Amino acid sequence: MTTALAGQVLPTARGPLSSAVLDALRGGRPAAVDTAAADPYGDDLQLALHCCYELHYRGFAGVDDALEWDPDLLALRRGLETRFLAALRGDVPPGADVDAEVEALLVEPVGPHVRGVSHHLHRAGTVEQLREYVVHRSIYHLKEADPQAWAIPRLTGAAKAGLVTVEHDEYGSGRPERMHSRLFAEMMTELGLSDRYGAHTDRVSGATLAEVNLMSLCGLHRRLRGASVGQFAMVELTSSPGSERLVRALRRLGCGPAAIHFYDEHVEADAVHEQVVRRQVLAPLLAAEPELAADVVFGIRASRFLGERMGEQVLSCWERGESSLRPA
Amino acid sequence: MAEPTQPSPAHPTRITLTEEGPALVTGPVELALPDGTVVRSDRAVTAVCHCRRSRRYPICDASHRRKERA
Repeated sequence: MTTALAGQVLPTARGPLSSAVLDALRGGRPAAVDTAAADPYGDDLQLALHCCYELHYRGFAGVDDALEWDPDLLALRRGLETRFLAALRGDVPPGADVDAEVEALLVEPVGPHVRGVSHHLHRAGTVEQLREYVVHRSIYHLKEADPQAWAIPRLTGAAKAGLVTVEHDEYGSGRPERMHSRLFAEMMTELGLSDRYGAHTDRVSGATLAEVNLMSLCGLHRRLRGASVGQFAMVELTSSPGSERLVRALRRLGCGPAAIHFYDEHVEADAVHEQVVRRQVLAPLLAAEPELAADVVFGIRASRFLGERMGEQVLSCWERGESSLRPA
Repeated sequence: MAEPTQPSPAHPTRITLTEEGPALVTGPVELALPDGTVVRSDRAVTAVCHCRRSRRYPICDASHRRKERA
């Protein structure tokens, strides 16, 4: 039995589903659970799914690594995924016109009434709100590019080469000190936040976990490879202007060089990634496998749906004068 | 898109000019500006601003995008 001694600690359960998963991770037999009644985007189901997925990334301190392929736990995960995916399929309108979808993403809404977390931070955000935002984002950025790496063996030819070009850049082009996950960790330290992997899981909502769970779900299922590429395209196509707003927010708030560097790097990198994703990933993928168009659109729309949902939740907390994080 | 090899007669440097935005060059590249400054990019692909709207000129920052007032 291989059990990591160091590593992330198990989070605290938020209901029957996450309790069942956490009990199983501690060595018990997974209890039978009913996913039908659960909120598919809620805290309990999303934390349960997050914990199942983390076995495929870094694992947990004191948890048997072999549980990654435990049939009982996989069966439990399947129930959670089915509920989550069915909800997304119901909430996201279907489509198959990838070009139209991409064109729409490339129009940048501007003006004082655009609603969004980066717009708010740019206009009027406080340092505390910025730190909260970074805590939410840490669930993804401390493993930036990892969920999309699952797509690599599932693509062939030009689309694979294009995806790897972008991933290589995300991983610092061979220079570990330039890995985006490391730049993010340095920003966290500068902002006085723990950069330890998994340190903030208990603080973020199901809405935040759902965004990253979508990435893992699409990455771990070959049949969802089109959606994985769609989700990847969504991130790469929309990140550059948002990063520019965050650079301005950080400068206005007098934040340090590591924080500015992380988002500054993303303005420039994602301006390139947008081009590579469109020309070297989406175009050859759809030429080779045109039947994946509907899944690509699903990936784009589901990612946008969950992103807007998470953003709305954060903004509504701030508008009420509350923290968007769960109590420590 | 440029070939991922050293330029040679068989594989010359290819610069891809996009319709709406930047020119894509396989890096690393140095961009020499009229005022004598040289901007270096180590990326696998560099997007060189072609519309002059970039706030990071000569590097593209996606400022060429169509904007719509909301």
